[in-house]
Amino acid sequence: MSTSAPAATTVAARVVGLTKTYGKGEAGVRALDDVSVDLYAGEFTAVMGPSGSGKSTLMHVLAALDRPTSGEVWIGDRSIGALKDKELTLLRREEVGFVFQSFNLVPTLSAEENIVLPLAISGRKPDPEWFDSVIATVGLRDRLSHKPNELSGGQQQRVAVARALVSRPRIVFADEPTGNLDSRSGAEVLDLLRAAVDDHQQTVVMVTHDPVAAAYTDRVVFLADGRVVEELRDPDRDAVLAVMARMSARAEETGR
Amino acid sequence: MIRAALKSLLGRKVRLLLSTFAIVLGVAFVVGTLVFTDTLNRSFTSLFDATVGDVVVQPEGGATPGGISSTRTVPASLVETLARVPGAARADGQIVTDGVYVIDDKGKPIGGFGPPSLGVNWSDAPAGNGLVGLTIIDGREPRGPGEVVLDEKTAEKAGYDVGDTVPITTADRTANLEPTLVGIAGFPEGGSLNGATSASFETSVAQDLFHDGLDEFDTIWVTRKDGVSQDELRAEVEKVLPDGYEAVTGDQSAKDQADDLLEAISFLTIFLLIFAGISLVVGTYIIVNTFSILVAQRSRELALLRALGASKRQVQRSVQLEALVLGFLGATVGIGLGVVLAIGLRALFGVIGLDLSDQALVYRPRTFGAAYVVGIVVTMVAAWFPARRTSRIAPVQAMRDDIALPEESMRRRFVLGLALALVGGVSLAVGLGDLVDIGGGGYFTGGGILAILLGVTAMSPVLSAPLLSAARAGLARLFGPIGNLAGQNSLRNPRRTTATASALMIGLTLACAMAIIGASAKASVDKSVEDSFTGDFVVSSVFQGSFSSSIAARVAEVDGVDEVLRQRSGFAEHDGGFAIILATDPPSLARLGVDFVSGGAADLERGTVLVSRSMAAGDGLEVGDPYEIDVPKGTVTWKVAGVFEDNALLSQGLVTDIRTYEDAGYKKQDSLLVVYADDGADPATLQDRLDDVLADQPTVTAKDQAAFAADQRKNIDTFVLIIYALLGLALVIAVLGIVNTLALSVIERTREVGLLRAIGVTRTQLRRMITLESIVIAVLGAVLGVVLGTGFGVALMYAVRDEGLEVISVPSGQLVLFLVLAVLIGVVAAILPARRAARLDVLTAIATD
Repeated sequence: MSTSAPAATTVAARVVGLTKTYGKGEAGVRALDDVSVDLYAGEFTAVMGPSGSGKSTLMHVLAALDRPTSGEVWIGDRSIGALKDKELTLLRREEVGFVFQSFNLVPTLSAEENIVLPLAISGRKPDPEWFDSVIATVGLRDRLSHKPNELSGGQQQRVAVARALVSRPRIVFADEPTGNLDSRSGAEVLDLLRAAVDDHQQTVVMVTHDPVAAAYTDRVVFLADGRVVEELRDPDRDAVLAVMARMSARAEETGR
Repeated sequence: MIRAALKSLLGRKVRLLLSTFAIVLGVAFVVGTLVFTDTLNRSFTSLFDATVGDVVVQPEGGATPGGISSTRTVPASLVETLARVPGAARADGQIVTDGVYVIDDKGKPIGGFGPPSLGVNWSDAPAGNGLVGLTIIDGREPRGPGEVVLDEKTAEKAGYDVGDTVPITTADRTANLEPTLVGIAGFPEGGSLNGATSASFETSVAQDLFHDGLDEFDTIWVTRKDGVSQDELRAEVEKVLPDGYEAVTGDQSAKDQADDLLEAISFLTIFLLIFAGISLVVGTYIIVNTFSILVAQRSRELALLRALGASKRQVQRSVQLEALVLGFLGATVGIGLGVVLAIGLRALFGVIGLDLSDQALVYRPRTFGAAYVVGIVVTMVAAWFPARRTSRIAPVQAMRDDIALPEESMRRRFVLGLALALVGGVSLAVGLGDLVDIGGGGYFTGGGILAILLGVTAMSPVLSAPLLSAARAGLARLFGPIGNLAGQNSLRNPRRTTATASALMIGLTLACAMAIIGASAKASVDKSVEDSFTGDFVVSSVFQGSFSSSIAARVAEVDGVDEVLRQRSGFAEHDGGFAIILATDPPSLARLGVDFVSGGAADLERGTVLVSRSMAAGDGLEVGDPYEIDVPKGTVTWKVAGVFEDNALLSQGLVTDIRTYEDAGYKKQDSLLVVYADDGADPATLQDRLDDVLADQPTVTAKDQAAFAADQRKNIDTFVLIIYALLGLALVIAVLGIVNTLALSVIERTREVGLLRAIGVTRTQLRRMITLESIVIAVLGAVLGVVLGTGFGVALMYAVRDEGLEVISVPSGQLVLFLVLAVLIGVVAAILPARRAARLDVLTAIATD
């Protein structure tokens, strides 16, 4: 499935034969069914699919938030299947950045404190140059001392992006980052993510169901019923819409 | 609506359990106290029923509070006269003397504290209403000198059987007896001496021992013939009585005695009820807090109910209904725990010597009524404030994502709190000071303290803000971002933090005040002992009672003793309250080095009295004033001959000479001997010799200054410890309050917890964060409590500075200990909420809204 990988790129994260089921026996739900995907370093990847397709589950497993039922998960060159909770926590802290749909900032902390929180809890200090460049990119310099409830939704999400970028994680996961935003704020956040990939070779994986958002990425992986069904390189909005139309037609044929 | 309220109750079982706990404890205290008091009441009533005749003839008038040992007697000749009264079946003279200790086979006295140690004459007279009194159940009655009958429990405790020799000490002329146990008496039809001990002698022997051989009795029992009522018999007896004697029915006498005794121990009931009140006040805080948080968390749910058409009133009612159910449950569980508490109290008093094990617990309907009223009213009043706030929830808020419940302004609350605290301060000053001479100082003091506590609670969100900010900065410095987060969390809702801390504040305020009072009392005792202890040794009874006057002669003969000064003391009544009279010889006052403000020892003649400076100040007495007092002989009026500086050896404050004392009808028994050693006598050797002389009197000991002071301090320590134990309960409630608040906060912040875990906060760090927040709350409560408690303690001690407690001592070590304790409390309180937070599933937590 990943044969279209450009040469000379390394893999930032990978799942092989990944299966995830919830519940057992008859009542069991197979959220992911033998999925194998490589996510390349320095690329902006979108994961798309209708609800229930398993796209969020895939991201959660990749981000070490959830465990696979079977199959292998690699982040960088580490297999994380056998890691204990504490090791997973440290892995998230060191290697992974998050952007959530509902911003999820700590309400008691200022924007700046929120941004450096992942570094602070591991006892590290941000590289001042990098911190400056991140702040400059997200354009929040004059808002750093504000508490989240003093910021607009778009600003809050930009703080969240800055928080994800500031520790220079191996991979940033964004879960519907524009889902709660108006289109202009959404575009700003997507530009930010795009810039992080282009200017700093940051690996970004984004779950979305918005074709416009998907058009910002380098590659779109389509999931349906827990399987990877299609893949697009350098997508534009129309190409994404075409794939989505094809998928829903197929779904109707199979009697869904 | 009702269904919705009940469903919501069931959905929050753990929270309910925690907030009910305060109610449970408060109600348990009320129930325990009432059940125990009723049981005590019943047991004494039945005891006295079995220890009076149908009609009791006794010397007329005169107060003998606890005073069985009086010299007022009834002549034996009267027994014959009374037996011939038409309605009388028989008449029997009775002798009852206190201070007769049975010494067990290890040389230790049986009983001693509380219930009396009785020496009586053996009599087979039936008790009133035909009740069978003490009856021989083994052996036979005593016949002549050298024979004694003990009650069953005493014999058992002392380990003696019929035929054994029983060492007995008395406070009368013959200090030591070694009679043979010839019989054991008991109550075949049920009954108990409630821990009192009874040694019975043949009547003439008892007269020899306790009445200097005179043919007289303390009382005479007249038993009625069939068909004659107690009242009829009493009227007949009254006709033949000479002046100076009175006849009372047994029912009346038993009731009077029981009432007297219960009044004497009524402080206990009040004491326990005060602690019930403290538990309930602390509990109220926790209920207000819990309901506030629950209402805040459920505001979306409540808004939905409003959107669906429920009226403001219905929403408010649903919250109050929850409170009603909660109060009912709390009271019910509290009743159960209260019964356990009553059983515990009964066992505790058994250890002290008041044996009630034969008495079934008494449950009166009033007890249950009080429990439910207290439980339900307190809960509903506490829930009223949060319930009222629900009316500000608008239906449209159901549609919004984040809604904040409108809170009343901090400023208004601060002003209200300040006003309340000021009123409390004035009330406290009035209660403590002599500003206004009004009654009920205790109520003003207590009410003032309560008002200040409530006022400070209301002000605390504002007052604590700088403290919490400082705590946050400190934690951020010490523990980095985790400390910062914990500090921020405690600042997030200052009302909640401070309300939770306030519960702890109350307990620690009282504990601190108590620590200061205890330390000051001890320091004062030390100082006054040091100032006034002039002799080398003091001989006194370990039970604080009197002892045989023969001891003084014995001690005086010890090699190395220069002089022995004797003091006697007895109960009296003055101005409706207890008084203790001390009697000594005027020359000994000079040797004791008593300083006089006015008058002097030389002015102490027959019929006069000396009073201490604090007592003179309290009663407004000056030299030459008449002093009216009820003594065993009746009401007498003495003349005030002098006012002396307060003195530890004359702590009773009321001193008369021995002749005046004997005139008043008190027995010739000493209560304290001051021993002066010869110059150059070795104290250790003398102590050994004194111990030898007193060896057969285990209730009497000789102590030097250090031991005497230590003894006095020990009593204070015991008292303070008991208070601490009771305040410990208030602390337990406060800890549960913290647990409750933290647990509710964790639920409220589930999504945030999920986020922190997602971005790499480990479980350990999360637990640490919650523990630190908990410590902040606990330490805040402790700081407020220590500050207030120190203030109250110093104020109280300042108010009583001229009543013999002139040293104000602040035990700083102990106060620091309280702060350390607060940190521990914080750590313990955080265990469960922290574990709960750490166990949250990251994904589910993030998805929570």
